[in-house]
Amino acid sequence: MDWGFWLPQIMLFSSLIPALVIFLLRDEQFWPRTILNLSASGLKLILAGFMAWGVLAEGRTYEASLPFLHDQELLLRVEPLSLMLVGLSSILWFITTIYAIGYLENSPHRTRFFGFFSLCVTATIGIALAGNLITFLIFYEMLSVVTYPLVVHRGTPEALAAGRTYLLYTLGGGVLLLIGIIWLQVLAGPVEFVAGGTIQFLADDHQASLIVIFALLIAGLGVKAAIVPLHRWLPEAMIAPAPVSALLHAVAVVKAGAYGIVRVVYDVYGLELSRDLGVLIPLALIASFTIIYGSVRALTEFDLKRRLAYSTVSQVSYIALGTALIGPAATVGATVHLIHQGVMKITLFFCAGVFAEARHIHDIREMSGVGRSMPLTMSAFTLGAFGMIGVPPLAGFVSKWHLGIGSLESDQPWVIAILITSSILNSAYFLPIVYKGWFGEPHEDIEGVEAERFQIREAPWSLLGPSLTTAGVSLLAGLLAAWIYSPLSLAEIVANQRIFLP
Amino acid sequence: MSLFLIYALAAVGLFAICLHAIITRSHLLRKILALNMMGSSVFLLLIAIAYRNSVEETADPVPHAMVLTGIVVAVSATAFALALARRYHAETGETELSDGDGST
Amino acid sequence: MIEAAIWVILIPLICGLAAFAIGGRTSRLLGLIGAGLTTIAAFLLVAEVWVNGVWEYSLGGWEAPLGISLRADGLSTFMIAMTAVVGLGISLYAVRYFALTPGPSPDPSAPLRTGAGRGEKSQATWLPSESYWPLWMLLWASLNALFLSSDIFNLYVGLELLTLASVALIILERERASIIAGLRYLLAAFLGSMAYLLGVALLYAEAGVLDLQLLADAELTGTAVQVAGGLMAVGLLLKAALFPMHFWLPAAHSSAPAPVSAALSALVVKAAFYLLIRLWFEVFEPASSIAVEQVIGVLGATAIILGSFQAIRQARLKMMIAYSTVAQVGYLFVMIPLAGSFGDPQDVWRFEAWTGGLYHALSHGFAKASMFLAAGVILSSLGHDRVWNLAGSAARFPVIYLSFGIAGMSLMGLPPSAGFVGKWLMLTSAVESAQWWWAVILLVGGLLTAGYVAIVLSQALQRDVEIDREPDPIPRIMTLSVFGLAVLSMLLGLRAAEPLEFLEIGAPFQTLITTVEE
Repeated sequence: MDWGFWLPQIMLFSSLIPALVIFLLRDEQFWPRTILNLSASGLKLILAGFMAWGVLAEGRTYEASLPFLHDQELLLRVEPLSLMLVGLSSILWFITTIYAIGYLENSPHRTRFFGFFSLCVTATIGIALAGNLITFLIFYEMLSVVTYPLVVHRGTPEALAAGRTYLLYTLGGGVLLLIGIIWLQVLAGPVEFVAGGTIQFLADDHQASLIVIFALLIAGLGVKAAIVPLHRWLPEAMIAPAPVSALLHAVAVVKAGAYGIVRVVYDVYGLELSRDLGVLIPLALIASFTIIYGSVRALTEFDLKRRLAYSTVSQVSYIALGTALIGPAATVGATVHLIHQGVMKITLFFCAGVFAEARHIHDIREMSGVGRSMPLTMSAFTLGAFGMIGVPPLAGFVSKWHLGIGSLESDQPWVIAILITSSILNSAYFLPIVYKGWFGEPHEDIEGVEAERFQIREAPWSLLGPSLTTAGVSLLAGLLAAWIYSPLSLAEIVANQRIFLP
Repeated sequence: MSLFLIYALAAVGLFAICLHAIITRSHLLRKILALNMMGSSVFLLLIAIAYRNSVEETADPVPHAMVLTGIVVAVSATAFALALARRYHAETGETELSDGDGST
Repeated sequence: MIEAAIWVILIPLICGLAAFAIGGRTSRLLGLIGAGLTTIAAFLLVAEVWVNGVWEYSLGGWEAPLGISLRADGLSTFMIAMTAVVGLGISLYAVRYFALTPGPSPDPSAPLRTGAGRGEKSQATWLPSESYWPLWMLLWASLNALFLSSDIFNLYVGLELLTLASVALIILERERASIIAGLRYLLAAFLGSMAYLLGVALLYAEAGVLDLQLLADAELTGTAVQVAGGLMAVGLLLKAALFPMHFWLPAAHSSAPAPVSAALSALVVKAAFYLLIRLWFEVFEPASSIAVEQVIGVLGATAIILGSFQAIRQARLKMMIAYSTVAQVGYLFVMIPLAGSFGDPQDVWRFEAWTGGLYHALSHGFAKASMFLAAGVILSSLGHDRVWNLAGSAARFPVIYLSFGIAGMSLMGLPPSAGFVGKWLMLTSAVESAQWWWAVILLVGGLLTAGYVAIVLSQALQRDVEIDREPDPIPRIMTLSVFGLAVLSMLLGLRAAEPLEFLEIGAPFQTLITTVEE
């Protein structure tokens, strides 16, 4: 059997087929659905591990190319950069599935939820494996569509309104991306992702077109990456159930946008051409503005999930910022943050979901003293928050450290100021929550019975376990950064393939 | 040639009159009649063409075949339209298509 | 042994006539057999054309110009195959559809069935479920005959047969609204036929032949040819319901029973489109001009924008879908300026636009059929199709709404649907030929389509509220045919290489294969 050809496809089908089967089940068929979900996500995890071993230890590449149009093909390719997103989505899909089973146990429309959930993961894996622009576009648009039913899952008027906003933004972004890709392909022919870029030969004749195309592509991707001013859908979409928010923020949607930006800059244009066209500085400026704006907005929000959402707006732009800087460390910082931000943010959303589910806490002012009755959840939350701030040795520190070095390497010292300001703002909106959670007086209105206030009442393990796991992963990602399978090592390989010597 | 032109112009004139009738007359029967006569005007043109294309006193047979087929089609179409119009009249007591968007 | 191409006309014709002669419940069986066999024959024809290239046949052994010939190239066979698959889906659906308790009239002000006129009692003995099958088979036969004919007069006969069968199907349930719509459709379609016939006569006067191939080889130009072309085009545009000649379509397509609506929107409109494309790019190509083509494109663009806005405003699901057809027909005609004389004959993007438009027609065929059939399920099960009263119904028939969503994706042109392939090709062509304005229209149209699809889905996904009555259970075969058609509209987008290559067989362009070989 030709593994190189089949493995990427099996990777897709391992969530696509379960999704289709799940749609045929009834809501009450809990066990068949759960077993299918867990075995599919487990299988995907094993496959991802196998692919990582094959690529990193054995130096293989897995590539599947299927005819699509007369001159276009669907290209799925496993290489270190795609491996990062594949790994992230496989691990987090598995964990989120467990969480979602616990979270949605008695709510309606579970079949619909888990079906689209699996489709969502399929689209993300497709985005990760896409080896050329058209394949990327197909899965990118598929992701927009299959997340819509998840956003409106609750079916309330607010959820429907959020769904409308979401569709408007993502479909609009998709249109920009589509026209950008078509324009580029008309000039360059089918565009594959190749480390270092493939369209340098256009630089002389089509400079202006290339700049406009770059703007179109980044604008299209920026919608999903929630770059200001295209970010408004993200806080709205917080109406969705916690597992959806977690997945949207950590893995699927925003990460698809950020990953697309990485691909466009490094693998389509190439750093050198991007620098020569002068498009990197504007990208860095927009990303920096988004970082600061997101953090400031997060300070003003008191709904926990909305605060987290604005935090995502801010954090995801680290990736775009790192991409816009020229230097190996910046590339490492940008790509490693793809994973680190995902793991940390999913922890925070899991915890937010636990608070909402177990204590009906939605507002951060209600979180006072919650750490006393839910110490484990609060610990996970604290790890996530500290990671976001960038406290060593957590994952967030590794990202920020590399970004800082990268900004010096590329002679953009002002970026350091952005990073520091952002960290201060991060502390300003996370530390009060952490402090009040541990040391504040428990709210009587929330808890009701006085005697129970200090009793430990954690959420069920199906919710707590995933939260603790991802918190642990974000700790380990920082501690074991030197291990060859760590996100950092992977990011270094990715960066070595892409950096050029100016 | 001039005889052909007379017939051809008569056919086109008839076609135009019928088109006018279809658009301006609202009575269903008139519309259907106009459509039927429109067909006849095309048949007239086809016969004229057959005459023009005649080789040694023998008229072109192809237009004749078309006219014959066309008459069969026109008869069945008209019959169907009339039946439908009757049904409409029976349902509504109306002889004109009044309500609805647009006009025919 | 007669060849597959003849069978795709003969089988439905024979089954239809037999169903008419025998009548009763047997007609359903005959219809199903006809549908199955025609589909098999259609795919035998596909295989034959794929292997042997363009297929030609002279009826009775008389060669053109005297005889009448049938011809199957990539385009004809493509349309026949689409008709076969969509037709099979519709047939399976119709088996149970007419057996359900007849849903209330779409127009509640017109409770009908009582007022049969004097002497018309005999008509009332034919139930819709019985008269459906002969007419549907006749419709199918005339579609296939139209796709295979290579003689412009024969095509006229095909068009007329198609109209008669369509109108008879529209008024199947003898509702007041459908009789009005059918009558209006009949008058409009006959007017179109007459314009077409006059064009045929003028063209014959000029060229002396009727065969499409001979006409194409003659490279006709001149005023008389332009007038003939104009008349034929107007007649066909009227039948294809291009704006502003679409006035008859929404009422006719929405008041018919669901399987009929599906066939009309998915197939019948396409037949007029097919014929126009054939004539335009094969016969009238030398006589055409950029200005005329741009005007057609503008009409198409207007149809996209206005049709979509009308669809968004509709309060009834079937009306919304019918207006969506008006908009989607606009897409098809944007192909004309893209593939037309704006470019040089050797420009690849003309061929890309041509295939793109046809692929769009294909995708619309599957998606729209699925949508109308879905609407039929909703209408007959809920007893109404008011868009704003669909709240919570997604939980009752999830698969129906899933299909509706998938079909909607195809209409929007979102990947990985067949609609995306068509849109991609047309957009590429627009950018390559620097006709930006069409690219903008195509993209905006996609967003507007998303607007009305999202209205339906967001209504249906709402949390359950009380509904008028418990919906009737839906037969499984109906759900499956709705779902199957939607899924096909998706699968055809995932692997478009072969269908696109198929279209190159006998295409009136310098094809991509020849370009690559050069």
